[in-house]
Amino acid sequence: MSAAEEVVAEGHEAVEAVPKRAMTLGTGTSLVVLAALLIAPVFVKNFIIFQMTMLLIYGLAVLALNILTGGSGQFSLGQSAFYAVGAYTTAVLMEHFNINYALTLPIAGVICFGFGYLFGKPALRLSGVYLALATFALATAMPQLLKLNFLEHWTGGVQGLVVTKPDAPFGLPMSQDMWLYYFTLVVTLAIYIFSVNLLRSRSGRAFMAIRDNEIAASAMGVDVALYKTLAFGVSAAITGIAGSLGAIAVQFVAPDSYTITLAISLFLGMVVGGVGWLPGSIVGAAFIIFVPNIAEGISKGLSGAVFGVLLFLVIYLVPHGARQAAILGHQLAGKLRKN
Amino acid sequence: MTAVRFRLAAMSAALALCTAMSGAALAQKTYDSGASDTEIRIGNIMPYSGPASAYGAIGRTEEAYFNKVNAEGGINGRKIKFISYDDGYSPAKTVEQARKLVESDEVLLIFGSLGTSTNSAIRKYMNEKKVPQLFVASGASKWNDPKQYPWTMGWQPSYASEARIYAKYIMKEQPDAKIGVLYQNDDFGKDYLKGLKDGLGAKASMIVLEDSYDTSEPAIDEHVVKLKAARADVFVSVTTPKFAAQALKKAAEIGWHPVHIISNVSASVGGVIEPAGLEISQGVLSSAYTKDGSDPQWNADDGMKKFYNFLAQYDPKANKLDAGVVFGYAAAQTLVKVLQMCGDDLTRENVMKQAAKLKDFAPDTLLPGITINTAPDDFAPIEQLQMMRFKGKGWELFGDVISSELNSAHSALHNQK
Repeated sequence: MSAAEEVVAEGHEAVEAVPKRAMTLGTGTSLVVLAALLIAPVFVKNFIIFQMTMLLIYGLAVLALNILTGGSGQFSLGQSAFYAVGAYTTAVLMEHFNINYALTLPIAGVICFGFGYLFGKPALRLSGVYLALATFALATAMPQLLKLNFLEHWTGGVQGLVVTKPDAPFGLPMSQDMWLYYFTLVVTLAIYIFSVNLLRSRSGRAFMAIRDNEIAASAMGVDVALYKTLAFGVSAAITGIAGSLGAIAVQFVAPDSYTITLAISLFLGMVVGGVGWLPGSIVGAAFIIFVPNIAEGISKGLSGAVFGVLLFLVIYLVPHGARQAAILGHQLAGKLRKN
Repeated sequence: MTAVRFRLAAMSAALALCTAMSGAALAQKTYDSGASDTEIRIGNIMPYSGPASAYGAIGRTEEAYFNKVNAEGGINGRKIKFISYDDGYSPAKTVEQARKLVESDEVLLIFGSLGTSTNSAIRKYMNEKKVPQLFVASGASKWNDPKQYPWTMGWQPSYASEARIYAKYIMKEQPDAKIGVLYQNDDFGKDYLKGLKDGLGAKASMIVLEDSYDTSEPAIDEHVVKLKAARADVFVSVTTPKFAAQALKKAAEIGWHPVHIISNVSASVGGVIEPAGLEISQGVLSSAYTKDGSDPQWNADDGMKKFYNFLAQYDPKANKLDAGVVFGYAAAQTLVKVLQMCGDDLTRENVMKQAAKLKDFAPDTLLPGITINTAPDDFAPIEQLQMMRFKGKGWELFGDVISSELNSAHSALHNQK
């Protein structure tokens, strides 16, 4: 609670300078959210469970971008490329090599870490909008790369690959959707805890030092090049794991699923959730999954325009995203308690 | 404990009695979820937004057509509720929307969803759930696979069947032709090339050169030059609109005048022929299966009169130049026919059974002589096309309606021998 007040006291202009304690939720709130996530699937239809799974998966991908942008201050519009690499790694390993789906996740993570790290190396020389453009190029190139002839034997080319959905193990009496949800939830929690600890660690402080002032950071002895590429690598790895889970949940991978639209959606999710506020990732994911559906419900022909208006309202009313809303809620609750 | 057991027994007895009674009362009426005495719920997924949003016209026309059917009393007294969602042409979103339709809206079937990779994404799911994925709006030939996917059926002529028709034409008109093929390096191009070779059968050696291009190439000039150098005198251009126009232009530029066949995909006058040049496009060949909504030759046609009346009354904002409008009308009409055939047995199984029983059904906007025929082992409803030649400012149909079925191709081959 005090952490939240601290932020407000510092003023609204300071999006970039998020104190590290304010990047997470309080213990009480975390437990309530966790309990809700654990219990909810028991009461809803399989389709809703599927949507909740997708919520967690996109939440992970937004979280990854949040570490990169909110943590180390680098922009990326290329997250869809890492997502695609993760998805394809899992699909190819599962369908061509019959590897267990759970084992493909770490493999996808490692491959994407390497991919992100290597991409981060040359991209280091760029900053701000130039870096955003370089990653943008990566995102536009990825669907075409996946269609390449010599890869077609593995990727299935434009036709894509169908992925088999895993059954619940040990004969557990739950549907495939429910099992996959809990599986995703465990992975998401593990990565969330890892991310929180990463940002609280020495490396996390180095990220934030670079974000706040690169020159000062290097003067303090932070290896700027190393930590920037590291942030890229970690972000890519988490995005890749999200992609893997996405491939299993959707049961299909095709180049058309991983276009620049996905990268922009993830970016949008991060902004709506609040840059640098990790719990906001889930809120951002909810925005990019559900708001287009709401917009479509309002007007089919103008769904894009309605979505734009809703987005505009969010940015206008709560420019700092879900984090700001959470702080306002907290203040309100505090006031009510005093009365 | 015994009390509980007794109550359970009584309840199950009552339940059995109820089902028995309702079974007797309903007589032949049987329903799966999505159908009732008053309503049939139909799902649909279209790219209303995103890169393929031009196809959204198909969904809007279908919706208007079902409104017309409802206004005229529905199907055997049941109103159609058409639930159409947007997937933005993204396969991941298609899966979400399909699951929403099946599990939340509980539709009887999903009808006319658009796109090859989008429909591929849900094919397995639909077949596992045993929900019809009926009249898929995509030209891939994979939708005709009743053995592996008995719940999925295509509608329009596949790229392969169109190519087989060109093969027939070439064998008949120019039996000693040297064919040069330029094809787009994706599922569309490959489906097509395979169809062409299947159609030529033993005479596949007539193809002197097959050359592919990628959509990422800015221009395909050098491929056209290569085909000319191979001394081809029939040029089959399996290209999407932009590249079809480029090929037309380049061939004229280098003074190459083969028999030029372009795929139906690129037969748009405004999108391909005019940009390439009307003069150099005279005599170009292609094929069609629907009537052209902007062609005055159909003004007196009964089917098209009905179509124009429908547009005036239920969809006045639709652009009749848009091929999607003609397409959506005919597809919706086919679905209504199947549902009528189902009678009071509106189960998913019966829907597929009736859909596989269409005989000589002719929607209003298909070319005269082209009919829809299906069978339990034939899930390709439209397999006929008619050749057309570009003359003056428009396409002119010529010759008979040609069927693409392979057996007749073989018999033609035997006749030649």
